[in-house]
Amino acid sequence: MIVSVASGKGGTGKTTIAVNLALALQRENNVKFFDCDVEAPNAYLFLKPQITHSEPVTTGCPTIDGTRCTFCGKCAEVCAFHALVVLKERVLLYPELCHDCGGCKLFCPQNAIGKKERKIGIIETGFAGNIAFFQGRLTPGEPFSTPVIRALKRMVSNDAIVILDAPPGTSCPVVTTLEGSDFCLLVTEPTPYGLHDLSLAVELVQKLEIRAGVVVNRADIGDDKVDAYCAKKGLPVLMRLPYDKELAIKYAQGVSAVGVLPEYQQKFFQLYQDINELAR
Amino acid sequence: MKTLTIISGKGGTGKTSIVGSFASLAKNAVFADCDVDAADLSLITDARIKTVQEFKASQKARIDVAKCIQCGDCEDACRFNAIQNCKVDHFLCEGCRVCSLVCPQGAISMEDVCSGQLFVSDTPYGPLVHARLEPGEENSGKLVTLVRQTAEQIARDQGFEYIIVDGPPGIGCPVIASLTGATASLIVTEPTLSAISDLKRVLSVCNHFKVPAFVCVNRCDLYQENVRRITEFCQQEGVEILGMIPYDLNVVRALVRGKPVVCYTESAASQQITKLWGRLAERVTLL
Repeated sequence: MIVSVASGKGGTGKTTIAVNLALALQRENNVKFFDCDVEAPNAYLFLKPQITHSEPVTTGCPTIDGTRCTFCGKCAEVCAFHALVVLKERVLLYPELCHDCGGCKLFCPQNAIGKKERKIGIIETGFAGNIAFFQGRLTPGEPFSTPVIRALKRMVSNDAIVILDAPPGTSCPVVTTLEGSDFCLLVTEPTPYGLHDLSLAVELVQKLEIRAGVVVNRADIGDDKVDAYCAKKGLPVLMRLPYDKELAIKYAQGVSAVGVLPEYQQKFFQLYQDINELAR
Repeated sequence: MKTLTIISGKGGTGKTSIVGSFASLAKNAVFADCDVDAADLSLITDARIKTVQEFKASQKARIDVAKCIQCGDCEDACRFNAIQNCKVDHFLCEGCRVCSLVCPQGAISMEDVCSGQLFVSDTPYGPLVHARLEPGEENSGKLVTLVRQTAEQIARDQGFEYIIVDGPPGIGCPVIASLTGATASLIVTEPTLSAISDLKRVLSVCNHFKVPAFVCVNRCDLYQENVRRITEFCQQEGVEILGMIPYDLNVVRALVRGKPVVCYTESAASQQITKLWGRLAERVTLL
């Protein structure tokens, strides 16, 4: 079972939900936790894993063999991303624009293009209690997070309950995270922001044909339009969490609800039962 | 013309609510909502859309089945595993067009994809440029750049002094596109370990692109110990903290009514945001 946790809007409580779900399930199940928000990974602050292994994530970019290049300009013509510019006696390369599609190398008539690897982030793995923990970190200044998420997701296997903590938004890094999920939890808050961004996230899971349910966080602030929207769309609301100042302070310190309030253990266990039913 | 970009690393720290308030405080500004896959600034600024423009920046491969001989060359050449059994996966295709170039039958064409819309709106506070990226589309920063360029054009044509950019969360391409070339950035953080961790990451992006950064702490009364951590970190980094905004339910009340919180002039958050804007405008004028 692969459950992803997404939201559209940032800061609605994705990581809180994902972490508590993992903690509630770890006693009786094999759980693998993936922090796919590689631009701003925070689950480690709550799960406090022991990292046992770390490896770089690289992406390829071309190298030009100056002794062979005739500055014909074919590579720049082929590159859809404008990562190569060919001048009279020089080839300019903008590695951060390169998608590593291999087109330039494939079409160079002089066979003058090679490939080198460039580090853009790291993958770290370890254990947090019984939970197998995996996270990616994009190097600040690097633009593309999807290769890091892809590298991370290569470690997903179906022999455990897999929880994927997604980045905010609805664009490519979220798609890369959600693909292959059996179920997607959409975390929102009952405000106009929460509703607007939830509706975008719902469009996305429908496009990807992933079943989804909603968690309403800070359920006692704002208005009731999220509920009305969910009812209209036939989206099950699986959990409501009120704003709790004490829990907010615990959160600030990196402490999870399941760790301090035993009733949350049962709540999140029930959440998983509901997901299991709906994902079938 | 000064460009001020509001970012945070972590989502949900209060960027949009603060920018919405700046909108009502700044008298001479164009606003750009660069969080194009969760664009919320129009929800609190009484925006009325004036113009809509289709956004086509990417291409996807399409295979003409009548011409295709199923040789598999395209599948072998695609680095993104976007072609399987002569079918293109729309989400995996990055539009590199290598498949169309290797196809011996000329059976693959590249088609423009409408991946979003660009809006120019009127608000009581000044012009607002915003966008909608279709859910699931690539956010390579191109739409963000278009939002910024459109705002800059309006500012030039109509003589506005500021461009205030509501940035996206994270540190990747849309953030970089929102940030590069800005006069300064304001990082909105909060006293939680998550927000502090992301503050550090996003500050290193500002440093990498040499954009001067300022910090403000939202919900500053949540946990004093972490406010101390933020203060220490900022001192170490030589970054000035320009404001401390307390947790205030009026922010949500205003939001539900579609207004920026500064319209509740008596509220604690409103007063601190007003002070923050004063200090920020002073600093930015000097840059």
